[in-house]
Amino acid sequence: MEFRSPIKEARGLGASHHGTSHWWAQRVTAIGMVPLMLWLVVGLAANAGGTHADAVAWLGHPVNAVIMVVLFGVLFYHASLGLQVVLEDYVSHKGVRLGIVLGVRFLALLLATTAIFAVLTIALGG
Amino acid sequence: MSTDNRPLSPHLQVYRLPFTAITSISHRISGVLLAGGALVLVYWVVATAAGPQSYATASAILGSLPVQVLLFLWTFVLFYHLCNGIRHLFWDAGYGFELQTAERSGQAVIAGAAVLTLLAWLIALV
Repeated sequence: MEFRSPIKEARGLGASHHGTSHWWAQRVTAIGMVPLMLWLVVGLAANAGGTHADAVAWLGHPVNAVIMVVLFGVLFYHASLGLQVVLEDYVSHKGVRLGIVLGVRFLALLLATTAIFAVLTIALGG
Repeated sequence: MSTDNRPLSPHLQVYRLPFTAITSISHRISGVLLAGGALVLVYWVVATAAGPQSYATASAILGSLPVQVLLFLWTFVLFYHLCNGIRHLFWDAGYGFELQTAERSGQAVIAGAAVLTLLAWLIALV
């Protein structure tokens, strides 16, 4: 005897009511990445070949530090969303796929946190 | 039900990819490469935070000729993904699907990425 309704059975197995959230988050972060990456490349190019003091002065400036923290958050979120889609397309084994996708997520979080911690260490004069 | 006569997707080894298909798969490949490149950015920021000595080591590695060539290519890959990402956003909004428009926008993406790459390295080297 099955007491659960069909909707209860289906819930959690599919995209139920949040099918576009991954797609949308990918686009929102993509739009954010455009100015962030242009800013980064100009900043890196202008500071290329500089001394340690130059780099600390640039990264440690409050405005630059805040942009850098946001940049690392958006970058690694966007990257993990993108890599997830690629993995879902090419890794057919369900368990392996889930393992790698989770690994990418955790690694992205770890890298973003590490980078943000480094920026804050510089900005707050560690 | 017969499944023999169904149309198949193009066999990649014997199918000459159209230009728009090449820009499409390149978007994905460039995204994966950029995720790898993000590691270099994290390394540089962490090395800067760690102090003058590790910054000097990082500068020596990043300033060496083979790595400079890689960074130049990485800049192009970044700008390709950025420009083609904007192209994708236009498609998401429902514009630019006509074959001729799609081909022209693909050419514009490559030209734009090349110009932005040269511009960035002009800033870096001047």
